[in-house]
Amino acid sequence: MAPLLEFKNVTKVYSRGLLSRSSTTALNNVSFTLNENEPTIMTVAGESGSGKTTLAMLLLGFINTTAGHILYKGQDISQLRGAERMTFRREVQAVFQDPFAVFNPFYTVDHLLSVPIERFKLARSKTEARDRMAEALNAVGLRPEDILGRFPHQLSGGQRQRINVARALVLRPRLLVADEPVSMVDASLRANILETLRALQRNYGVSIIYITHDLTTAYHIARSIVVLYRGNVMEAGDVDSVIKTPQHPYTRLLIDSIPWPDLSRRWGETELKVKEGDIHDRGAGCRFLARCPFAMDKCQAPPPLFRLNGHQAASCYLHEQHPQIEAERLTELLPV
Amino acid sequence: MNPVLHVNDLQVTYYTDAGRAKALDGVTLSLNAGEKLGLVGESGSGKSTMALAMMRMIKPPGRIEGGNVIVDGTDLTRLSDQQMLKARLSKIAYIPQGAMNSLNPVMQIGAQMADAIKAHQPDTSKAELETRSLKALESVDLKRSVSKMYAHELSGGMKQRVCIAIGILLNPKVIIADEPTSALDVVTQRQVMETIDHVQQQLGAAVILIGHDMGLMAQFVDKVAVMYAGRIMELSSVREMFTDPKHPYAQALINSLPNLENKGVFQGIPGLAPSLLRLPGGCAFHPRCPMVMEVCKTARPKIDTLPGGRQVQCHLYAERV
Amino acid sequence: MTAATLAEPRFSQPSRLTLLLRYLRRNKSLAVGLLILLGLIIFTTHGLLTADLDNAYPLSVKTKQPPGLEFPFGTDYFGRDLYVAMVVGLWQTALIGVLAGALGTLIGVVLGFTSAYFGGWIDAAIKSLCQILTPIPAFLIQVIIASSLDKRDVTIFTMAFVVVLLAWMGPTLVVRAQVLTMKERQFVAVAKLSGMGDLGIIFGEIMPNLLPFIAAAFVDQVFKAVFASFYLAVLGLGPLREPLMGNIIWAAQGQSAFFNNWWWWPLAPAAAMVLILSSLALINMGLDELANPRVRRTE
Repeated sequence: MAPLLEFKNVTKVYSRGLLSRSSTTALNNVSFTLNENEPTIMTVAGESGSGKTTLAMLLLGFINTTAGHILYKGQDISQLRGAERMTFRREVQAVFQDPFAVFNPFYTVDHLLSVPIERFKLARSKTEARDRMAEALNAVGLRPEDILGRFPHQLSGGQRQRINVARALVLRPRLLVADEPVSMVDASLRANILETLRALQRNYGVSIIYITHDLTTAYHIARSIVVLYRGNVMEAGDVDSVIKTPQHPYTRLLIDSIPWPDLSRRWGETELKVKEGDIHDRGAGCRFLARCPFAMDKCQAPPPLFRLNGHQAASCYLHEQHPQIEAERLTELLPV
Repeated sequence: MNPVLHVNDLQVTYYTDAGRAKALDGVTLSLNAGEKLGLVGESGSGKSTMALAMMRMIKPPGRIEGGNVIVDGTDLTRLSDQQMLKARLSKIAYIPQGAMNSLNPVMQIGAQMADAIKAHQPDTSKAELETRSLKALESVDLKRSVSKMYAHELSGGMKQRVCIAIGILLNPKVIIADEPTSALDVVTQRQVMETIDHVQQQLGAAVILIGHDMGLMAQFVDKVAVMYAGRIMELSSVREMFTDPKHPYAQALINSLPNLENKGVFQGIPGLAPSLLRLPGGCAFHPRCPMVMEVCKTARPKIDTLPGGRQVQCHLYAERV
Repeated sequence: MTAATLAEPRFSQPSRLTLLLRYLRRNKSLAVGLLILLGLIIFTTHGLLTADLDNAYPLSVKTKQPPGLEFPFGTDYFGRDLYVAMVVGLWQTALIGVLAGALGTLIGVVLGFTSAYFGGWIDAAIKSLCQILTPIPAFLIQVIIASSLDKRDVTIFTMAFVVVLLAWMGPTLVVRAQVLTMKERQFVAVAKLSGMGDLGIIFGEIMPNLLPFIAAAFVDQVFKAVFASFYLAVLGLGPLREPLMGNIIWAAQGQSAFFNNWWWWPLAPAAAMVLILSSLALINMGLDELANPRVRRTE
């Protein structure tokens, strides 16, 4: 059976201008696979500029790859037409970061839920549609009578984001892209939303790609993690190993800089001092070179992925004693 | 020791079309020089209004209806608009959210800093303007060359540090930083917070850090004040807040924090923060409080001071005092 | 997610009418403009229902009568009852304005949407066309066209058409600009994810949000049309028999009305014109504030 989703050597380059061929590589040779009968939650972690949003856009079919292919159930998504494309649309959904922006201010919030029900024929009558909407709202802890018929500006950010997640519940997709779903939501609500996502995976077999820069939440709901920096995979593997024992200097820096709400874990326990990198660095070598405290001469050539053990890989010459692994086989290290 | 900042029973109301919203309802706190206070709360709790009120930047339909804000002996609420203009930046500085986006895109950084000084001390010589600007840049760990650059040439973290530098140009006694790192990545965030720390130590100023990230508070501040519905529910030292929070809301907040030990265990707070237009009677938190009592629904708890200087606004502790 | 029965603080929503009135109190331009317009509409409707409309045309009543009981606005040199002339003239002006306005707005909406949503060469073509035509002095072209028409062909409708010819670019560019920004908004992306096709998105998602802009563009077009018909008529290029305000003023000028002490003759049409144009201008300013959320104060 064909895997659910395959990213095969996907590269995306944005070039600007006819004369000055200045280009930005948003994503460079990223590959991974998600299997149909193994619903899982995978985290794509990175800061802004890492390429994680580009990855989401590519996945949802909003933009095309420059090189490489994205296959959904064995078919290249850029070639899908007609009924197959509708199926792809229904089965691959997203929850976005900004709870307000996804609502059309002209309509009540019902519109967000009723449109997909109607377009994908998920209900046979108006009453059935309303039932499904009410069911989904209840599942995220909202009372339909308080929500339906309201306008988006009348509800709080937390309520709006929960409606977003309810939309995903109504659609029961096979694959859900969650792009920073809780970063604009108050701390007390994050638990609720993340729990709902986990329930989606556990009870309905939905695979989730959880995109974030917040490793604390990633740690709690994901099984595998891919760390991106300026379009390249820095480190990937089992989420426990990567977060508790990071091997790539960038990951180590990230983990060390997280403000843990824990008085016994203070900042700067390791004396990793990041260098002030040149933000316009276009060198061909390791993308982290300009800020890396362990930079060596050989880093001028882009480092391959080194397989550190059965569930972790890092692309850094500090680990060159380990065997190399091709980008395409990265999935072997990502547990489900 | 005389506190450098003393806020006493501050009241702010917004008169909107849909009714009156009590954004701040009797907020009291004090801060000594060199102390760092974290103001935590969810959206709608009033924390940003606090900052604006202290800077007297509340615009209609909002109004300060009562209370004082005393900085270094001067009551800011009693100053004229002219005097307040002088007080801003020289006594109390404010670094707003997204400050880096408010840098003038067509002026060099150095020129913007010189402008800030000239607005307060118009007779400063050009040479002195330059020395002070460069010194400020140095204290936020930026190279002197930044003074000749434009905003778009700098990264987010560098821009934010420029804003901090502008904030400290006139050696204020109190610095208010409103979510200074919300748009920054974790690594840059740490750099910026360490910069604020360093700057504060140099100046001996008091810092109020406003935010909703408890983790950031744990790493940075000395005292934490938890706000809810325009009131301070609890004010304790950071250690006490994380190990032994007293107010039920504070307890729920601490319990909902993820950490490396309890993987997979999530605890939220049921219910919703109330709209400031329709606050519940009595204690504002009572509809969501797991330890609610009859008295909570009708009577608003007074602010109790526990041994050690902690403040709690909760009927559970009223008996002890 | 345990939910003890929580007493949700309920919003009691003030009624739509109250909100509207409150808004009007703040947006004085819109309020005053609408008020004047309402007054003019009542005046015209009442007149159309009660008066003998033939008296608006020459050789109907006694000439050169000052305002009095029988003729509240007086009569002119050619025997028009000026009160009835105002009534009919206002009605005709409204027709021209609304016709030209609607046509211009419709063209603007269709071209603007197509240009912005589909992009590519269509966008380039429409945009270039607008940019080439805009600097052409509309006044000049209108005068040339109107004066070269056979006098019998000049009717209200040809006037409207002449005005629209060079006024449609404005709305097109405004609509295009708005659609371009709206196209990038996240609710459009979500609509795509929800299975909506392009047409559904244009009409279902983007169009409703543009209604304030389209309304403002419409009022602006009506203003331009009314004003253009006025100045063309004042130059004697209008349908001369009709009691359009501009025509009457042109005739009054031709007969040296002020020198002959027939002061009431140009007064009525001038006052009417001032009222119409100022009401439209005020409504336009008011709608501008409504459509532009940054100009809107509170709410």
